[in-house]
Order: sequence, then C-alpha cells, then structure tokens
Amino acid sequence: MKVSYFPGCTLNTTGKGYDNAVRASAAAVGLDLVELPEWNCCGATYPLIVDNMLELAAPTHILVSAHEQALDEGHEAPLLTTACTTCYNVLRRTNHFIRNHPEERERVNAFIEKEYAGEVEVKDILHVLRDDIGFELIHEKVQSPLKDLKVAAYYGCMVLRPPAEVAYDDPDNPRSLDDLMAALGAVPVDHPHKNECCGAYLAVKAPDVTREMAFTILKSARSSGAEAVVTNCPLCQFNLDRRQREMTQFHAGFAPIPVYYFSQLMGLALGLDAGAYGWERHYVDARPQLRALGLWNG
Amino acid sequence: MTEEMLHSDPAHKGEEATHLSNRVLIVGAGIAGIQAALDIANSGHEVVLVDRLPSVGGHMHQLSETFPTLDCSQCIMTPRTVEVGRHRNIKLYVYSEVEQVQGEAGSFHVRIRRKPAYVRWDLCTACGACTEACPQQIPVQFDRQLEIARTTKSGQVRTYGTGKAIYTLSPQAVPKKPVIDTGYCTWFQKGKCRLCEKVCPVKAIDYEQQPSWYEEQVGAIILATGYELYPLSKLGEYGAGDVPDVIDALAMERLLSASGPTAGLMRRPSDGKVPKEVVWIQCAGSRDPELHMPYCSKICCMYSAKQAMLYKHKVHDGQAFVFYIDIRSAGKRYEEFVQRAMEEDKVLFVRGKVSKVFREGDKVLVWGVDTLTGLPVEVSADLVVLSPAMIPSEGTRQMAEMLRLEVDEFGWWTECEGNLAPLETRRRGIFLAGAGTGPKDIPEAVSQGSGAAGKVLSLFARLTGAAGAPVRPEDTGIGSSTRP
Repeated sequence: MKVSYFPGCTLNTTGKGYDNAVRASAAAVGLDLVELPEWNCCGATYPLIVDNMLELAAPTHILVSAHEQALDEGHEAPLLTTACTTCYNVLRRTNHFIRNHPEERERVNAFIEKEYAGEVEVKDILHVLRDDIGFELIHEKVQSPLKDLKVAAYYGCMVLRPPAEVAYDDPDNPRSLDDLMAALGAVPVDHPHKNECCGAYLAVKAPDVTREMAFTILKSARSSGAEAVVTNCPLCQFNLDRRQREMTQFHAGFAPIPVYYFSQLMGLALGLDAGAYGWERHYVDARPQLRALGLWNG
Repeated sequence: MTEEMLHSDPAHKGEEATHLSNRVLIVGAGIAGIQAALDIANSGHEVVLVDRLPSVGGHMHQLSETFPTLDCSQCIMTPRTVEVGRHRNIKLYVYSEVEQVQGEAGSFHVRIRRKPAYVRWDLCTACGACTEACPQQIPVQFDRQLEIARTTKSGQVRTYGTGKAIYTLSPQAVPKKPVIDTGYCTWFQKGKCRLCEKVCPVKAIDYEQQPSWYEEQVGAIILATGYELYPLSKLGEYGAGDVPDVIDALAMERLLSASGPTAGLMRRPSDGKVPKEVVWIQCAGSRDPELHMPYCSKICCMYSAKQAMLYKHKVHDGQAFVFYIDIRSAGKRYEEFVQRAMEEDKVLFVRGKVSKVFREGDKVLVWGVDTLTGLPVEVSADLVVLSPAMIPSEGTRQMAEMLRLEVDEFGWWTECEGNLAPLETRRRGIFLAGAGTGPKDIPEAVSQGSGAAGKVLSLFARLTGAAGAPVRPEDTGIGSSTRP
C-alpha cells in the first residue's frame, strides 16, 4: 500500500533514528511510505489566531504536494501520513479547516496559487498501522517478540486534542500504542498519565517546569510497574528522556528509565537491523536493557 | 401545526363527548407522580399509575436525607407510598410500561405492558423466603451497583452490598412483591436451581410467566417520567467509571443511607476502609458545552453540601472537600444550609474545576485548581463523589415519539410555554410534572405534581361541566396526610 510520507524537520535531523526505524518497520509490514518529492516546514504550531490565513499556507502547500503525488504516482487514495505528532496535528487541523471553510479556502488557494479543497486524508502513522495494516498482521510478522518487556505507552496531546479534529483514539484513555506494544510481544502497563502534558515547548523557556511535568509522568509509569516508556511523539521523547538528567539531582531515589520511540521497538521485534535507529542520541541509554533481554542486534 | 392537529387525533374524530372518561393516567411513580396521583385520587377521580420499576418511589426513595431539613427521605415518603399502594382510587401498574396511547383529551385509550415478574403477585405474601433461599448474588440496581469489598479477620475478601436474583427493590417497597432478574437467575441462565420455587410456601413462582397487556380508558395523562444521572463511563477525565472509589452522587446517597449496602456505615468500595478524605466534584458533565451538557443540573450544589455534612457527622476526623464553579443555593433556607456546612461542619469548598481524577496506589488523586488563589491543587483522596449531569430518564424520547410530543435537544420534555404553561404539553389533556422537563429538586417536583393534578381537575370540570364526586374519608386508604 502506497502512502505519501511527510517526515518533517525533526525526523530529518535530531529524530533521524526514529525516521529510519519508521521507514524500515513500515516497509517490513507492507506499508510503502513514499516521501513527498518536495516539502517544507509544516509551521510547527496550528495557528491560534483565527483570521491568520498566512499560517495556513505552509501546511496547505504540503497537502497539495501530497495530493499531486498521489495523482501522479497512482496511489489507491490520496493519503498522507507522518510520524511526527506535531506535524500530524498541524496538517490534520489545516485539512479540517480547509474542508469546512469554503471562503477562507479560496483565500489560501489564491495565495499559494493552487486548487485544494481537502481531498487528501491525513492520518498519523499509528492510525495507518492500526486501521490500514492491522496489528494482527504486524503480530504475525514479529520475528523476535519483546520478551514481556513492561512498557508504559505515552501519547502526549498532539494526536488526541482537540478530539473532534484529530483524535483517532479515546482522548482520555487511548489504546492504540498499548495494543501495538502487545502485538509486538511487550506488556503494556496501565498508567494514569498517558495523555498528560510533557511540558512541550516549555523545555526552551522553563526547563525546570518541564522537568517536573515529565517527572510526574515517569514516576507514575514506574509505580505502575513499567520498565520502559514508549512514545510516538519526538518532542515528548526529548522531554521525557533528556530531563531525566536533572531529575536525578532534584528527586532523590529517582531511577532513570529508557524512553523508546515505538518504531525502534517495532523494528527490533520485526527482526530488522536496528543499528541506525539513533540509540546514541538517547540520554538514558536503552541498549543495556535491550542487551539484558537479548533483543539488541545493532 | 394547526390548532386542530394539536388537539385532536384524526382516528377518533366524530365520536367526541360520548365516551368521556374522568380517569387519569400518570406515567412515573416518583415523588412528582405520587403527589399528582394522591391529589387527584383524593378528589374522587380514579388514577392509573404506571412505573417500570417493581415498586413506587423513584429516585427520592434512594436518598438518605433531604436538604435543607435533613429529613430522612424514606421516612417522610413512606406514608405516601403506602397510601398510593392502598388507595381505593389508585390502580397501580408497576413493572409496567405504557406502550400505546390513542385518542384525545377526555378520551384516551391506553395500552400498558406488564413485564413478567416470574412471581404470581396475587398469591405472593411477601414472606421473603425466595430471596433468602436464592444462591445467586447480584449487584443491586437500587444501590447503584455499589459493592463494598471488605477483608474479614481471617483475611478473606468478601463483598458487601450484593443482592439476590429474586428481589424486591427496597425494604420499604410498595408493593412489596419480588421479581426475578433473568439476566442473573441460575434457572434462566443455566437451566438449574429452582430453589425459590421449592421454598415458596404458596407456590407463587412461575418461570413460564409471560408479559401481559392491559387496556385503560382515561381522560387525561400526566407525564412524570423523571431523570437519570449521566453515566460515569462518559466522564473519561474522571476515570470513566473504572476507579472503584469514584462513585456518583446517588451511590453516595445509598452509602449514607441506613437502608444502604453498609447499613449506613461509611465505607469505601475498593477495600471497605473508612474514607478520611472525601472529594465532591460539582458539574461532572454539567455546564460543559464543549464535551457534555451545557445546562446546570441545579440540585448538585445542595445535595453535595448535604452529603458532605452527613459524611462529617459519620466521620468526625474526616475532611470533606467540594470543588465547585459557583455555589447555586437559590431556594428557601438553601444558602443558610450551605453556610452551615462550611461553618459548623467545616466542609472545605474550593472554587475551581477538577481536570483529572486517577488512581495512585490505594488513593484517588484529584487534580484541580483553586481559582481564588490561582494555584493548582492536588488532593490525595480516599473517595471521590461526582455530581453527574441530570439527564432525562431512559425511554423519554421514544415515549415522546409515541405521543407525538416534543423533547428538546437533550431529551427533556418541551413545555407548551416555558413561562406561563410549564405543566402543559402541546397536546390538550397531556400534562407534565417533575424532573422530566429538566433538573428539579424535591419541593419543585412535588409542586409540579400538585400543579399538574390541578390542571387535570380543571380540565375535567370544563369537559364534563361538573365537579368530580366528593371524596369520602374511607376512599383514601390510610390517614389523611396528603389532604389539605
């Protein structure tokens, strides 16, 4: 199945390992991610000013590019996916806006000199894996199951809120990442902060606030019995992982916990070569845990 | 819609005035329906009172005490339920539903379906042997399925508050006749048991009982169909009903009630411990246009103050918190009552919404904000009581379709005119009373019951050109508690 793929800036730089793992794992389960021939920044935040058409131009340009690619290359349906939850949020909401606001759509179209009316479907990568590929099929392709590794799935906010526009899962108690982990042979643990805020961009302005927010999430994951955290959001991964450096100073007895990208674990479970999955960029090195479980192959 | 369409049924055109009935159908035997029934019955007219539960009383029967007087709800209600049960002018159809209504004011033809109780009530003497013998433990609907886990001295975990698959709704049930819950009964589920049949001294158990249908002729109808609570499963931010120590307000009423699952002892569901920190959360699904119901459920501020007060009377060293948006205590002696909860019973009222409730260890953590200080608040609670939005009772919409009446976007009955005709519907001869039109407290529901009764009597006087027959003292069953 051919699907247009938008990597976004993070997966092209600091999250390159995540990107490598996503592409390889997707290919291994029959999902052909075709990178857009030409793409630009999504804008990184969905415009909060209601009449700011200009900020919709960049994401609309990406949607147009996906539409053209789907037509040119003969995709089954114009479907665009991304593994960056922030990009997903921006693209999905822009598409929603374009579909539902004919007048503003004309203004955006006039500005970018294209004709786009929301023909493309925007889905998060996890949504595609769940509904278009199926966790059953993924489960069948697992080569080395994750040995009952107890993982706390963490979704953040970008794929859940605002629910009416972006959610493909229960915004209060999401399951898709938990179910994928179970399909890969891990044991998802239930914990109350799957959808809690990680601090997001406060990492830049007020890292101590982010540290405390991330600590709340990690502490609850630990006390729920998790040995690792898994996420599908690059910014969450960064905050949950990197802030642990200060947590050990501020919270006595805090035991660091690896924070995986879901695709890293997926690639390992599918028996793919995990050497290029960006392990060296983790603050809390996950490799010892993987070696101890006999899962390391990089 | 023309005047004619509003007031007549095409099927019955032409046969007017000949078969006028001065009997009344009342749908719903909660406090509003009971009040209307007694007022009308005591005026000499016959009442057909229908309720789908096995006994009368509605939600008021579940309450521990009432605000602002702290009267025992069942105590003040029992004289009325008993009177309804014995009144010569009241024909009671419990465990029944109105299936069809045809005709027009003065001459409605009603079909009532009675569900099979699997017990022949004409024979049953309410001895209770069947319930005692029944081996099947089930969660009690009347107690909001509240089950209290408790560890005995020998270390066994036992569940308190379970009922039996053959049951009466409450100890004070009127009528006090049992029904079998076929969803749990071992005979209906597995084809084995029949213990209740063996022990019944009058051979009243009848596993083959079928539904039965009854036809009634009435001149007017009062809809007193009442309310339900918004289900906890829809409140994902408050645990979606999956945290045992997060309960709804009606469950708390049962927990506080001497006739409840713990016989009035304050115990929490998960482990049977005495909860020392209890949080009440207002507007759980009310005043939330984005996700839930936009309207105010009106009674929660008052009953939460009452419950917090009663809790403090039972657990003296406990701490009660109430998170609220505003305190809406508009009613006679209501504000004084809330002040008393704050000042005498030291209930801590925190102005702010709660964003999240979740389990941590054996505690329930409550994350909220105190908007008076502007600071986030975290309470590590033992028990959380939600005040869910009031919603129309199940089936209101279908009944509206059957009666060709309107409900609003939330399913509440639409009054003919909100200000000056709140008890009338758009069909002549069909009236409204109680919380079926929107959230109401007990005094309001009772006033509406009496009001609707007055409307019916006035209609009858106009239709027949004469007042009803005078009521004799022997007509009223017991006492004269409800007569002016």
